[in-house]
Amino acid sequence: MKTIKVSVVTPDGPVYDSDVEMVSTKAQSGELGILPGHIPMVAPLEIGAVRLKKEGKTEFVAVSGGFLEVRPDQVTILAQSAETASHIDVERAQRAKERAEQRLHDHKLDHIDFRRAELAMQRAINRLAVSERKF
Amino acid sequence: MASLRDIKNSINSTKKMSQITKAMEMTSAAKWNRAVVNAKAFVPYMEKIQEVTASIAIGSSDTSHPMLTHRPVKKTGYIVMTSDSGLAGAFNSNVIRRVFQTIQSRHQSNDEFAIIAIGRVARDFFAKRGMNVVLEITGIPAQPNFADIQDVTRNTVGMFADGTFDELYVYYSHYLSAISQEVTEKKLLPLSDLSTSHKLISYEFEPSAEEILKVLLPQYAESLIYGALLDSKASEHAARMTAMRNATDNAKEMIKNYSLIYNRARQAAITQEIAEIVGGAAALE
Repeated sequence: MKTIKVSVVTPDGPVYDSDVEMVSTKAQSGELGILPGHIPMVAPLEIGAVRLKKEGKTEFVAVSGGFLEVRPDQVTILAQSAETASHIDVERAQRAKERAEQRLHDHKLDHIDFRRAELAMQRAINRLAVSERKF
Repeated sequence: MASLRDIKNSINSTKKMSQITKAMEMTSAAKWNRAVVNAKAFVPYMEKIQEVTASIAIGSSDTSHPMLTHRPVKKTGYIVMTSDSGLAGAFNSNVIRRVFQTIQSRHQSNDEFAIIAIGRVARDFFAKRGMNVVLEITGIPAQPNFADIQDVTRNTVGMFADGTFDELYVYYSHYLSAISQEVTEKKLLPLSDLSTSHKLISYEFEPSAEEILKVLLPQYAESLIYGALLDSKASEHAARMTAMRNATDNAKEMIKNYSLIYNRARQAAITQEIAEIVGGAAALE
């Protein structure tokens, strides 16, 4: 089976590096699946999971604030933060989710703060979902 | 001549001081090691994002974005990166002096510039002089994560976008080696020297080049700031390590001198005592 090299890098260092058979993720314009030999492409990603199919198994990486760059021989995901499923701090994500929930219930929030809390909520939910591999 | 006890006290206090400076040197050495590792970990991300940004910005020349276009400069932003604590030799003062001189030579009034102070030393210096500090952050950990300064980078880039200032410079101490750091001025915005050594690839854009630049350029500018911070942190710990090593060496030198004086004084006292005894005995004969 043909494979393609995938690396996920963040400002705090590389997170994932391996050869996989398929990358699928959610871009801002919709679901996206990349197989080896894809044409060069750049797309911004949603807060979500990157699914990497490798030898019949699927690995998950939670990303937020990211980009996908495809080259014929390599896929690079640039994200402001990213964690593989096993590296997610579940307790921290849980706390972040509760905090965001509380903030969203606070009706005095202005527009920007509301949006921020919403994003924090999305990130926390995404991390929890990835850590439980629920997709 | 100081009394024996005074000299002994000086020796003891110098010894204690050298223990402290020695400990500080060692903690700085540990932090410096990790800071260098962090700065290295950041390199792949930076290279990649630079490559992609350059490919898009240069490759599709019909795209324009506020961050790529020069506009008439009414106000200039300065990011100044210092540490929170002192005892790092000339680390902080070098950066601050450079910024202070630049501002004085370039600007006539407070309305022409805005300062973003990172670190307590810069904040205190500029706030005390009533200079226009628009944003400040203190208490950055020794090993910062991107998340620690994301608020500042986002706000700074946002201020450029909403026209608070029309160009942005960053001043920080660039890490060359453990013993040498160099104050560096870098123009961040508008993004100018986007170049890459790699071959430019023409990409498909999903959804469009403009949409991607809208997300990518702020992220790129933010990572430039973060990169400068990591660089500055490595310099800070290296500078502190060197300063503390010098302090320890000086303390050792002082202890040596004091010991010499102490022994001399002790010998003088003994000689005098003997002379007195001999003198007393001679008087009895």
